[in-house]
Amino acid sequence: MSEPLFHLSGIHFAYDPEQPVLAGVHFTLHAGERVALTGPNGAGKTTLFYLMVGLLKAQAGWVEAFGRRRIHEKDFVDVRPRAGLLFQDPDDQLFCPTVIEDVAFGPLNLGKSMAETRIIVRHTLAGLGLEGFENRITHQLSGGQRRLVSLATVLAMNPEVLLLDEPANALDAEMRERLITILDGLPQAMMVISHDEDFLTRIARRRVCLAQGRLMEY
Amino acid sequence: MNAYASSSAMTARPVDGGHPSTAYFSTGAGEKKRKPMLEAVDSRLRLVVCWGFALAVIGLTQLPALLAALALAGFAAMAARLKRAATLRHMVAFDGFMLFVLLFLPFTVPGEVVFSLNGVSASREGLLHAAGILLRSNAVMLMILALLGSMEPVELGHAMARLRLPAKFVHLFLFTVRYIEVLGREYRRLRVAMKARGFRVRCNPHTWRSIGYLFGMLLVRSIERAERILAAMRCRGFQGRFHSLTEVKTMDRRDYAFTGLSVVAGGALIALEYW
Repeated sequence: MSEPLFHLSGIHFAYDPEQPVLAGVHFTLHAGERVALTGPNGAGKTTLFYLMVGLLKAQAGWVEAFGRRRIHEKDFVDVRPRAGLLFQDPDDQLFCPTVIEDVAFGPLNLGKSMAETRIIVRHTLAGLGLEGFENRITHQLSGGQRRLVSLATVLAMNPEVLLLDEPANALDAEMRERLITILDGLPQAMMVISHDEDFLTRIARRRVCLAQGRLMEY
Repeated sequence: MNAYASSSAMTARPVDGGHPSTAYFSTGAGEKKRKPMLEAVDSRLRLVVCWGFALAVIGLTQLPALLAALALAGFAAMAARLKRAATLRHMVAFDGFMLFVLLFLPFTVPGEVVFSLNGVSASREGLLHAAGILLRSNAVMLMILALLGSMEPVELGHAMARLRLPAKFVHLFLFTVRYIEVLGREYRRLRVAMKARGFRVRCNPHTWRSIGYLFGMLLVRSIERAERILAAMRCRGFQGRFHSLTEVKTMDRRDYAFTGLSVVAGGALIALEYW
């Protein structure tokens, strides 16, 4: 088998030392895998995503991403564009006034030229059925549109892994179907947090559950 | 391709998402196709002219010149096709602020007595002074509504950025525009939840404490949201520098015409003052 995209071993993390959230999590993600991450509220699912992209630092254990051990902030700088994290609330992700600026934010940060960025934005939006959305004002979009645009901002960086934090949350039936079709057609390896059983069955092939600080395969 | 030009054309229209547009200009059924001429003028130019107009009007002292300035602003408001009712409402609210100052000026400024009320005499100088303030402030306010009020706040932010105003100021402005509604929603949610549990504003310690908690909670949530936004930005490679997509638009014929008109009008105002 090829080298894993992510390899976590013995991850410990606690916001409050009395109540550890993660107590020895082991996990490996390979290319092309689609993993459903389930677990009760407050089990640390989002925390695990944050640790994988270095927004939080593990108190013990190792995060290996794309073949290298990542410890300090600067180690994670190149992990983040390669492992696109979709936040739970699109209002957290979309901060630019217009859609085009928001989708362009990632590529411009990665040093792409203005011309390249425009092409990337156009292709990404078209791929999600959002043609003509470039100049829409982000905070005037509907909930479903916001969700798709925030997915576009992540996809615009051409990540190898997608970390999706409750992507189907608060979507109507039609938008949910559209999202499933889109995600199913993407080539990236994925980890999906959701409480929607049907959604997970249709997206993911592999399942892991986070409970009492441990990750279990089932 | 010029994204900025197309964006300024797009953003002024209400988006079909159903949200009311923040722009002031009328979108009555018959007017949908004909856009007000002022809309097509470069937003930077409108900002600069508005600023110039305000500076000039502040310096005017002669009544005819001030009247001309107000007429000019009224003309601009007509050209921008401001909604009459909404504009009047804004002007009245604005004038309400100054009502007391204006009412007391005639009685407090010494000078030639015009009439007296209950033994307190009003001076001619005071009356003129009050009229001057009223005209001056309303002219500037109306011009701001005409030139800037018809712009989406986002467009105003871009115009400021392209005029090289401090980046921190521009970002603060744009983040405010983006998140004020999100915070407003959060406030209303909390407020409704309080009402649902029987809370009514009274004048007692329970009310003060509860309102204090409400604003405290709003503050905590805002800080948490700010942290999540920054985290999301870092996930997309943000390292403290913003890169801009906007290209500089060159002036077209309409912009030159607007500039010419503004210079002539400004010159006329100043001429009236010293005539």
